[in-house]
Amino acid sequence: MIPAPFSYRRAASVDEALAVLTEHGDDAKLLAGGHSLLPLMKLRLAAPELLVDISPIDELRYVRTDGDDVVIGAMSRYHDLQGDSVLREHAPLLAHVSGVVGDQQVRHRGTIGGSIAHADAAADLPAAVLACDGVLVARGPKGERRIPAAEFFVGPFTTSLEPDELLTEIRVRKQDGTGWGFEKFTRRAIDWAIVGVAVAGGSVALINMAGTPIRATATEEALAGGASNAEAARLAAEGTNPPDEAHASSRYRQHLAKVLAERALVQAATRG
Amino acid sequence: MRVTIEINGRTVTDEVEDRTLLVHFVRENAGLTATNIGCDTTSCGACTVLLDGESVKSCTVLAAQADGHKVTTLEGLSGPDGEQHPLQRSFREQHGLQCGFCTPGMIMASASLLAHNPKPTRDEVREGLEGNLCRCTGYHNIVSAVIEASGQEVDR
Repeated sequence: MIPAPFSYRRAASVDEALAVLTEHGDDAKLLAGGHSLLPLMKLRLAAPELLVDISPIDELRYVRTDGDDVVIGAMSRYHDLQGDSVLREHAPLLAHVSGVVGDQQVRHRGTIGGSIAHADAAADLPAAVLACDGVLVARGPKGERRIPAAEFFVGPFTTSLEPDELLTEIRVRKQDGTGWGFEKFTRRAIDWAIVGVAVAGGSVALINMAGTPIRATATEEALAGGASNAEAARLAAEGTNPPDEAHASSRYRQHLAKVLAERALVQAATRG
Repeated sequence: MRVTIEINGRTVTDEVEDRTLLVHFVRENAGLTATNIGCDTTSCGACTVLLDGESVKSCTVLAAQADGHKVTTLEGLSGPDGEQHPLQRSFREQHGLQCGFCTPGMIMASASLLAHNPKPTRDEVREGLEGNLCRCTGYHNIVSAVIEASGQEVDR
């Protein structure tokens, strides 16, 4: 399968990428690791006229601490992140999740920024960043702005990024000492999650239970009120209405959310 | 666009459509056909090659993205005099293949795995090769082959 024709351009810096976006607007699509976008283009579900390859932007490949935060450059690849000592120390949930996305080959190419900007509700990193109350940093012609994860994901494959903005950085509070857990259920090891759960302290985020990653608020409130992990996990599907899919009915997915939430909460009690 | 890729130490330059996939460039422009196209959907790993030393699925990388970089295919693993790579020998010794279609991708993914983890356990091999499917389901011997290539005793 070959994508529909397009023009390829490479951007070596953030400024260069922004200049191309300003010039071409909606006709241009940013290419990061390409492991979500290229499959869609091969299936002709996406057909951008201009592909702007931002993966060479080395200034966006870093992990460092900044005061109370850990900051991650958007073009950091999963493989960079899973073994990164700073991330493992200060945001172990994100390091762990980076190591379970797709497979070895996917992790050599895929980027955290690409995953978050693509905003697939079935993806792992968006929910993990949501569980950490992360902040997404975007740059555009009007400058830089910071968007809380809770306001960033607005619908399936839809974010609050403007067409001329570039996601440059992911910021989370240092998670030192915070319990964390992660569970996902897949048909094959490399598949997208049918359902997944990310836990960071008292925050619980669900993968693939809605059109965006969402917080399991009833579970979080129960935990805050002193409920046991088992009691709180029973509320994980509260208020959700995931659609039936070929491989999992809505009821089955709700069942999975509860089971996986309990497992992830039990993990979180022993980690961090 | 004009794409130049160093493939197995040889510089290959060609004018291709911007949408050309790396696997097609390797097979058709460089004439190296060990790399197979299996599922063509980033699932099966048959098209795995090394890009700057790290395993990638070449059906999901544009030739343009590899422009100016180094690619290694199965043909590039053996020595200049045709001497087999330890993985090629161990796949043969351990009967790590049945129909052989997945084998080039399995070996390239294994090379990348061993570069990061020179002495993996059987479980780590299975996890490291989760992106490669063998439809003959011959995984057990494939794991043994990787263990042997790592210089460890094959414990069945």
